[in-house]
Amino acid sequence: MAGALPSRTRWDRRLLRWVREHLVVFAAIAALFYMFLPIAIVLLFSFNNPAGKFNFTFTKFTWDNWLHPCRPAGMCEAVGVSLKLGLLATLLSTILGTLVAFALVRYRFRGRNATNMLIFLPMATPEVVLGSSLLALFINIGATQGFQTILIAHVLFCVSFVVVTVKARIATLDPALEQAAMDLYAGPFQTFRRVTLPLVMPGIVAGALLAFSLSFDDFIITNFNAGTTVTFPMYVWGISLRGVPPQVNVIGSLMFLVALALVLVGQLFRRSRPA
Amino acid sequence: MSAVAQIPASVPTPPPEPAEAGTTRRFTPYLLLLPGVLWLVLFFLVPMITLASTSLQTGSLEQGYQLTWRWANYTDALGTYREQFFRAFLYAAIATLLALIISYPLAYTIAFKAGRWRNVMLLLVIAPFFTSFLIRTIAWKTILSDTGFVADVMRGLGLLNLSDGRLLNTTFAVVAGLTYNFLPFMTLPLYASLERMDPRLIEAAEDLYSSPFTAFRKVTFPLSMPGVVAGTLLTFIPAAGDFINRRLLGNPQNTVIGDVIDSRFHVIVDYPTAAALSFVLMIAIVILVFAYIKRAGTEELV
Amino acid sequence: MTISTSSAGQTGADLHLAGLTKRFGTFSAVDDVSLTVPQGSFFALVGPSGCGKTTTLRMIAGLEYPTAGRIGIGDDDITDRKPYKRPVNTVFQSYALFPHLDIFENVAFGLRRRGVRNVRSQVDEMLALVQLEGYGRRRPAWLSGGQQQRVALARAIINRPQVLLLDEPLGALDLKLRRQMQIELKRIQTEVGLTFVHVTHDQEEAMTMADTIAVMNQGRIEQIGSPGELYDSPATTFVANFLGQSNLIRATVAAQQQDRLLLDAQGVRVTMLAARSQARTKNAYVGVRPEKIRISRGTSPPSAADGETGLSSMDSSMNGGNQLPGVVTDSSYIGVSTQYLVRTAWGQELMVFSQNTGGDDRLSPGDDVVLHWDPAHTFALDATEAIDAGVELEETAERPDPVGAGS
Repeated sequence: MAGALPSRTRWDRRLLRWVREHLVVFAAIAALFYMFLPIAIVLLFSFNNPAGKFNFTFTKFTWDNWLHPCRPAGMCEAVGVSLKLGLLATLLSTILGTLVAFALVRYRFRGRNATNMLIFLPMATPEVVLGSSLLALFINIGATQGFQTILIAHVLFCVSFVVVTVKARIATLDPALEQAAMDLYAGPFQTFRRVTLPLVMPGIVAGALLAFSLSFDDFIITNFNAGTTVTFPMYVWGISLRGVPPQVNVIGSLMFLVALALVLVGQLFRRSRPA
Repeated sequence: MSAVAQIPASVPTPPPEPAEAGTTRRFTPYLLLLPGVLWLVLFFLVPMITLASTSLQTGSLEQGYQLTWRWANYTDALGTYREQFFRAFLYAAIATLLALIISYPLAYTIAFKAGRWRNVMLLLVIAPFFTSFLIRTIAWKTILSDTGFVADVMRGLGLLNLSDGRLLNTTFAVVAGLTYNFLPFMTLPLYASLERMDPRLIEAAEDLYSSPFTAFRKVTFPLSMPGVVAGTLLTFIPAAGDFINRRLLGNPQNTVIGDVIDSRFHVIVDYPTAAALSFVLMIAIVILVFAYIKRAGTEELV
Repeated sequence: MTISTSSAGQTGADLHLAGLTKRFGTFSAVDDVSLTVPQGSFFALVGPSGCGKTTTLRMIAGLEYPTAGRIGIGDDDITDRKPYKRPVNTVFQSYALFPHLDIFENVAFGLRRRGVRNVRSQVDEMLALVQLEGYGRRRPAWLSGGQQQRVALARAIINRPQVLLLDEPLGALDLKLRRQMQIELKRIQTEVGLTFVHVTHDQEEAMTMADTIAVMNQGRIEQIGSPGELYDSPATTFVANFLGQSNLIRATVAAQQQDRLLLDAQGVRVTMLAARSQARTKNAYVGVRPEKIRISRGTSPPSAADGETGLSSMDSSMNGGNQLPGVVTDSSYIGVSTQYLVRTAWGQELMVFSQNTGGDDRLSPGDDVVLHWDPAHTFALDATEAIDAGVELEETAERPDPVGAGS
């Protein structure tokens, strides 16, 4: 018997529902704009020719900064130090972290909880505490601060992040695949080389990239343990009170664009193979 | 036969057992762990102990430092810098809350509404990170500067009367900077937690007469709690110790504990006090983390 | 297609399992299993979830190490050998195709690990065998479930193992595809001549494909035999209920006359061949398959003059077949047949499957009927077993304390 249906499909109700349903999406996009606003500013102001020493108002457009990025004294040296540091720290922390990740996922052992805690704590500790504690150590043993101490510090806080990233990847690995490999006459080393490693590699690469960006960008911990060595963030900090040259924005923009390009290439590469 | 010991009906391929329970198998995990764990023990645990020890020393740079078990270092430090502690935690708390409010819709959208764009959106969340943290924060100086667009708009709306007419070099700017810098730390754990949720649960709730908001309140939000907690920890903790935002966006009147520790180590060389402050901060954090672990265990941490 | 002789150079190398046991703590997943799989045969290991069949298979493959017992192929004891040293290959339930390699490399994997240089011709031949020519360069993720399954098969067979293990390979396929693949698998096995050991929980699948079936329950073998043997002469209530369906009636043995056995089933006289009784004492279950029972309206069975087929010549010499009266409580028209539930005088509901051969007399609930069947179709089982062992175990396996899995 056809009765009267409730009038839930009136146009104003529908509009309200559409807005409500998509409110979340609007909020999300607004959040994304908010996140990119400073990046846009950085990029924009890299083309600025500032009137005075401070690069806060846009006066004149110029390519000059991009063409002569190393004009500010000491900046490119600092970038060089940061790059060297980043590469070394990435190499060491990726190796250490990958080993730990395999141990945590593949094996049962005593002290598992303690290990989890030990890996987690450096990620949770404020940088001030990490940096100052290392400094306290170095002072107490009388070590001079410089490149090596910074390197030690960087590897320290990168390892945990590598562990998390690689561990996540290993966990998605179907154990049946390695069993299939063994079933098909591959010994332990062969299995690792032909099946496990290729499949875990994306996680290792992701961990390495993360380690590099963490290292390159670090300021607080580096500042505590640098001595006279100057990394790029330290350079920026030092010069921030006196007036930041636009070339700093150039470096910042470059970092962003290069990283973005790398990730996009990685995505395209993965898109060519089905999920 | 007790059902407890029964193998579950649908056990996917279990990991293989060693053909012989040899010694090599048993030592392998420890060998793998050794380099990484050793590094962390040497350069994380030991420094913590050193920090604790330094905090109990007396002396000066000229005379040298001695371990005198001067617990008064702590009471002095807490007494003198109580305000900075409080301010640091307050700013961190506000920033964390704001980050949660801003991140939740973002994480929700990526988890449930993004479809093919999911990876792109995740990328967009992480991308700002690629620029240097310092440079980003300095960019906020430009955005919030007195002659900038934002300040003009807000002055026009009459909102700036509260902070004597400026945005920059205020508490507002510091908190804004903190919130901004730690957004990905909040978004990603939230997303991870939401992504694991079955969206059909929301459908079931709506089928059972709940409005969208009630469904969120009763189903979605509680199920995303692990992500909320993880995000909160990952945001609050570094924010509590941060001083960069304060230095670049604040003023000398609203220093935080991070400032104090930094200056005690670098400017006014007073290692014991600095170490004591640092350690107190660490203890506060550790208490928080342990409270979390009590409820959730350690497996989800890493 | 003839196969080359196996890697060990032996022909006629049967697979032997002797006293194979696997314990996890106090729980025995596999309990003293002994069987022989003749070389070149299609052997099925069938049983409900959790019965230990997959564990047994994995022990043969070398992916689990037995707590006790030996495994041998011909004269070769392989119990202590690592999986990559055994002439055994597995088709996994999830296929386990290597996602980062294309189909060609997946199939060639085993050959390459053994150092074979020129794999192209063998891989092409194998892809043709499973009807996937031209798919060599594709990635596993691009293929459908059925295609992936065939790749998994090719990847295993190409190595000409002495024993090929299949772990519920058709489980993930839909019904129609499964039927198709059952025929395919059987064809390939016959063509290639390898020994197949097929694990499944689907008893119909096992009956269709296998030469020999072993029914497993709770880590033990209930019965081994050909599909016909197992179906017509089940040795335990579990086998009777798990393979197809059975009506089991509590009875006592009354007397034995030459090769005939007389039983009293709840007041009804039942005759059967003594050779088909597994009862060890006076207490037994009388069993008859639902499709073997004739159902007719009324309170007495039709005489031979009514034109009803089914009473064999043996009956006439035994003064009529077995019969008992009842009342129809349910009638389900399936199309091919009609399935009746009939309540007996003592309250048990028996199943009857009546083929719809065009006779128009369909019975309805409430009708009085007489059930009758050929004594030759009767079997008897020992009454110490649970009468409902093996019944509908698919549903109860999920519950914490499954019925029939007893303690």
